[in-house]
Amino acid sequence: MIQVSQLSKKYNGTTVLNIDNLEIPKGQSFGLVGNNGAGKTTFFSLLLDLIQPSTGHIKSNDIQVNTNENWKSFTGSFLDESFLIGYLTPEEYFYFIGDLRHQNKADVDALLARHEEFFNGEILKNKKYLRDLSKGNQKKVGIIATLIGNPELIILDEPFANLDPTTVSRLKKIIRELAEDPNVTVLVSSHDLQHTVEVCDRIVALNKGEIVKDIQTSKETLQELELFFAV
Amino acid sequence: MYLEWKAFTRSASFGTNLAMKILIGFLMIYFSIIFIGMGVGAFYILKKMNLEPLQTVNQFLIYYFLFDLVIRLLMQAIPVLNIKPLLVLPFKKPTIVHFSLGKTALSFFNWVHAFFFLPFSIVLAIEGYDIVGIICWHLAILSMVYINNFLNIILSNIDKLFIVFIAIILALGAAQYYKVFDVTTFTTPFFQSLYNIKCLVFIPVVVLIGLYAFTFKYFKNNLYLDAGLSKKEDIATTENLSWLNQFGTLGTFLKNDIKLIKRNKRSKTTILMSVLFLFYGLIFFGNSHQPAVMHIFAGIFVSGGFLFVFGQFVPSWDSSYYQLMMTQNIPYRGYITSKWWLVVIATFISTILASFYLFYGWEVYLTIVVGAIYNIGVNSHLVLLGGAFTKTPIDLSNAGGAFGDKKAFNVNAMLLTLPKLLLPLALYGIGLYLGDKTLGLSLVAGAGFLGFILRNKVFSLIEKRYKIEKYSTISAYKQKS
Repeated sequence: MIQVSQLSKKYNGTTVLNIDNLEIPKGQSFGLVGNNGAGKTTFFSLLLDLIQPSTGHIKSNDIQVNTNENWKSFTGSFLDESFLIGYLTPEEYFYFIGDLRHQNKADVDALLARHEEFFNGEILKNKKYLRDLSKGNQKKVGIIATLIGNPELIILDEPFANLDPTTVSRLKKIIRELAEDPNVTVLVSSHDLQHTVEVCDRIVALNKGEIVKDIQTSKETLQELELFFAV
Repeated sequence: MYLEWKAFTRSASFGTNLAMKILIGFLMIYFSIIFIGMGVGAFYILKKMNLEPLQTVNQFLIYYFLFDLVIRLLMQAIPVLNIKPLLVLPFKKPTIVHFSLGKTALSFFNWVHAFFFLPFSIVLAIEGYDIVGIICWHLAILSMVYINNFLNIILSNIDKLFIVFIAIILALGAAQYYKVFDVTTFTTPFFQSLYNIKCLVFIPVVVLIGLYAFTFKYFKNNLYLDAGLSKKEDIATTENLSWLNQFGTLGTFLKNDIKLIKRNKRSKTTILMSVLFLFYGLIFFGNSHQPAVMHIFAGIFVSGGFLFVFGQFVPSWDSSYYQLMMTQNIPYRGYITSKWWLVVIATFISTILASFYLFYGWEVYLTIVVGAIYNIGVNSHLVLLGGAFTKTPIDLSNAGGAFGDKKAFNVNAMLLTLPKLLLPLALYGIGLYLGDKTLGLSLVAGAGFLGFILRNKVFSLIEKRYKIEKYSTISAYKQKS
């Protein structure tokens, strides 16, 4: 699904990301872990063509992302609050995204109904604009919005941060369900090793922009990772 | 104060480029000179017109202050948000309140008045008015400026108040014009007596001190996160605007833009400004001193108010969620087209609203219609193209940014406005020179139609430009957070 080759990103001579080769097959649930400044968000931003690579390129479904825009039709992503439109209500936001992804109102409604539990009654019909919601509730809206239009590639940056424990476990359930679908590739980044291990088939650890671990998840993975990140 | 200085020097636009700063500097000096000139000149002009200068100024002071208050309510922002981080630091609460109130005292809105009143007072002194009286008068005026300052702070939490004040001004003005009731007969003696009876100066000063004490107390009691410092939350209403669905993707964007304008302070100011632009023509058409060439200038401004104030910030309106727009399956063309339609619709509405200019004769209205055609055909494209270079993130919730805020002030955008105005001016001028008004108007209208025909070509060009600028725009918008 995703091929990365010779990719690097430099800011004023400092290399913040340098990945020679990375391949993520279709249907995999892929976890990216690392400390602050390891290059997780930089990688996702490159993947979404929000920043320009210094060298190399990324191909998503054989489409080179920085030259062709067709990847947008099968990619759903949520990096941070700048993916939300503050002056809309959650419902309006979902319908707006739905419109852009050529989904009609009924499709969006069906999706929202499926995730009613995840919203925990705090999102819909609350007469609040997105800008007035709490960080955690904003995140819930953003995550569900990525699912609109059944994208084949879902990118979530730090989805577990700011969420309450109940919501975290519900989110894990959602991600696992997505991962079971062989057509859907999920990319998740996190500081939290345990959450990532629980939902991902494969985990890549980044450190200062380099890939330092690349492991298929097994029982020992968590220990291995904890050992690695322990000082 | 130290923290404030840092906030200023480290704001994104500070380091941008020297040329721009120099330009802004010149503009400020220019305006200051105009004000000083007005202050000095006012005396002699009024004298020439056989009016007693001081008395005439006193007569209009009431309007001056009311108007000042309206402008303040609209533009002057109260530095409340900066207080939050200070709360947990070891400062005594009174210090914080004094600091933030003191800061408003230094605001541009206060010292700009000094440029007028100071020279005026000096001229009065030179011309042999009683010096002590002048000093008292000046002091009183100064305290009234500051009374306005604090009134603004107290009243600023009530959004719709400025409409009330505008209504008062209009009502008083109309009453005076039609000689029904003249408010100045009551206020002039008061202002005049400030000069004649020296002790009276204590009234405004005492009021000012009282007001400061009141504001201080009010703020101190509200210095909690859930009281005075909390942000107001609006009750959200979901709107469908489903009649726009028939336009497909275009409708989706239009729906969003309408909500954008309706629900954010900053964009609401835009609407208000465009309404003000509607009356811009009155200066030109009612006045025979202006050269005829300038008529087209007015024609363009009257219908193009929205185009200029909204259009010049086109991608910036979406700055807070630009990353979202860039990752969604959005054709650039659809995005630009929807903004274009918005501008065109607004221009159209302005033109219809401007029909009251028919009062000045059909020729004047024709000028406005021609201006509208040019706006739709040429300026709407130019403004969108200019938008690609405008990389100022906009804080939608802050009304003050319209142009009161230094951080949002963009000289680039202003420079781009010039060709939009000079070109039709030149065309009209050529027409006037070679033939008559009709030729001039048809030249301008022709340019408008030409632009309209070439629309698709121009759109492709704009689209390309937006794509080239994409990355730098994204990173510029990110700077805010």
